[in-house]
Amino acid sequence: MDLPQSVQETHALLARGNYIAERSLATALYLSLSMKRPLFLEGEAGVGKTEIAKVLSETLDRRLLRLQCYEGLDAASAVYEWNYALQMVEIRMAEAVGDRNRAALENDIFSKRFLIERPLLQALEPLADGPPVLLIDELDRTDEPFEAYLLELLSDFQITIPEIGTISADEPPLVIITSNRTREIHDALKRRCFYYWVDYPTAERELEILTTKAPNAPTDLSRQIVRFVQKLRDIDLFKLPGVAETIDWAEALTQLDKLALDPDSINDTLGTLLKYQDDIAKIQGSEAGRILNEVNAELAGAAE
Amino acid sequence: MTATAPSDGGLIAANIMHFGRALRAAGIPVGPGRVLDAIRAVQTSGVESRNDFYWTLHAVFVSRRDERELFDQAFHVFWRNPKILERMMSLVLPSFSDEATTPKETLSPRVAAAFAGTDTPQIEEKDQETEITFDAAMSWSRTELLGEKDFEKMTTEEVEAAHRAIRHMRLPIEDIPTRRFQRDPAGPAIDMRATMRAAMRDGGATIPLLRRDRRSRRPPLVIMCDISGSMDRYARMLIHFMHAVTNDRDRVYTFLFGTHLTNVTRYLRNKDIDIALERVADSVTDWSGGTRIGSCLHDFNKHWSRRVLGQGAVVLFISDGLDRDAGDGVSQEMHRLRGSCRRLIWLNPLLRYDRFEPKSLGVKALLPFVDDFRPVHNLNSLTELADALNRTGPRASAEMTVWRGRAA
Repeated sequence: MDLPQSVQETHALLARGNYIAERSLATALYLSLSMKRPLFLEGEAGVGKTEIAKVLSETLDRRLLRLQCYEGLDAASAVYEWNYALQMVEIRMAEAVGDRNRAALENDIFSKRFLIERPLLQALEPLADGPPVLLIDELDRTDEPFEAYLLELLSDFQITIPEIGTISADEPPLVIITSNRTREIHDALKRRCFYYWVDYPTAERELEILTTKAPNAPTDLSRQIVRFVQKLRDIDLFKLPGVAETIDWAEALTQLDKLALDPDSINDTLGTLLKYQDDIAKIQGSEAGRILNEVNAELAGAAE
Repeated sequence: MTATAPSDGGLIAANIMHFGRALRAAGIPVGPGRVLDAIRAVQTSGVESRNDFYWTLHAVFVSRRDERELFDQAFHVFWRNPKILERMMSLVLPSFSDEATTPKETLSPRVAAAFAGTDTPQIEEKDQETEITFDAAMSWSRTELLGEKDFEKMTTEEVEAAHRAIRHMRLPIEDIPTRRFQRDPAGPAIDMRATMRAAMRDGGATIPLLRRDRRSRRPPLVIMCDISGSMDRYARMLIHFMHAVTNDRDRVYTFLFGTHLTNVTRYLRNKDIDIALERVADSVTDWSGGTRIGSCLHDFNKHWSRRVLGQGAVVLFISDGLDRDAGDGVSQEMHRLRGSCRRLIWLNPLLRYDRFEPKSLGVKALLPFVDDFRPVHNLNSLTELADALNRTGPRASAEMTVWRGRAA
């Protein structure tokens, strides 16, 4: 599929993939797609950063290459590695035949045939459907050396392999980088990207998301859930519930055949919404009841 | 600018350039490269709607969360009427610079010392009453005596000598192994890549096995220092220590707390101690006030712990444990802090008294969660700290069981 030609089309594209996005996000994404620069998404956990890349690959019908970052991620698992076993066999064969000179063997051993490609190198390969979507997930989990390594890739879309030379992409991949901000990413890297902070959605937007993502939940229940979660986000909690948690909660309550929120079912299912024991202890019981009363009063007021 | 401006008049391009300059003046790092990017981006997305225009510039100029607010304000003021912003800046800037520069027109103590030779201490003595920026222009002192002397009882010259000694202190925290490798002839694993390359060197006739080992790295260090009234003298001395440590290694984060928490990491990175201390003094508003340990820890846990405690950080908690809120909320927050770091070390100047008893509510609340409890009142205790940090073995030190017993 071709890339969208305007912000409007980008917005529609995401909507087709069941991703309800703010127009601001569509703008940033459109810029990144049309100017062929990575999109750098930051935000709390569970606001749908990773999802954007998945939706993009689905709706554009492109291959999705995902690189999950972790501390100590190195070139061997992110970029490429040589197939040592094959190389050994090759040397052994050359020895057995005995008619090959050293330079030829060296050229042969370090050729693409013996290269195991990892996501970053794969992303540079030309594909029939067009360049792939490259998702570099949770970049903040790696260390600075890897971040520095990415600079060459992200600005010129090329990778240097000492034994072979420089491999560059004919058409750059669509790169989405996400970060949970557990540490600050260096400005040099951010400068090469378009930046977007993914915030918690507004109540209307969240309701829209919920109707798309959890269609089986009764409408009244969804309304209650959204209001409840929005109120929770105003409370001083260690980890505020993200959109992912809202969806999980709606699904859990639907599975339990609830038609409306009640204090007991909130207490029973709070674990899908809050992930820290302190937070759960704070909300469980009277606090949950208080919020629920507020929510119900508001909804009754809105209905009149 | 005209070279890159769109063909339909360069007005918008020029305005984007001016907007970029306004942002730079406001503190967002915007260079010419970003301005060019912005112009190109606006050409791409079009300027039909103000909203899209806003988010286009936002995507280019903003690169951290805290810049969003600045950008928002600047955008609304500038694109309504660029002149307003200019006028506001011209109104604001002179008064800013007046305030900021005139009192500091005075020579840096270091420069003063360089010019004045030996008379400087008299001038400096006055400064010391009010400012935390004092510097050494002293003779070498008998370090052994100095090492035993309590920071609180030091004379002016001794304080300066101590500063000098601290400046050379290093903190050898035990390195932790990473998942990266380096060549090591005696390493436990075989480095296949190097082996293959070495094999090629003689045509593959022999394959010499080359080895590798894990690379190790210093863990991040987070220092939290109490600057309340009771800690005053110590904090002023220790800030020199923090400065020395910050400039010696990477990934050191420093927080000062009294009634609220302030992150001073950025200021302490300044190589010149005078400038660093000046910046710290400007940013911290609660020197020598009360202490609210619980609420400061809560702030830290909520806003900073997830950003600075990753990758196995060691925390140095410097406080006398005297809490205005009588230990309110301290236990929960300490529990969380302990759970998110690799090691938690408490440095307490009150430990200089042999008969120190962990009886105050603040101390009782803190003690169960720390892995090491050490004095920090003179130079020798700082030196010993280095050994303590280098210790391997179980997380909590052996003395901790005794301390916990006494606190219970």
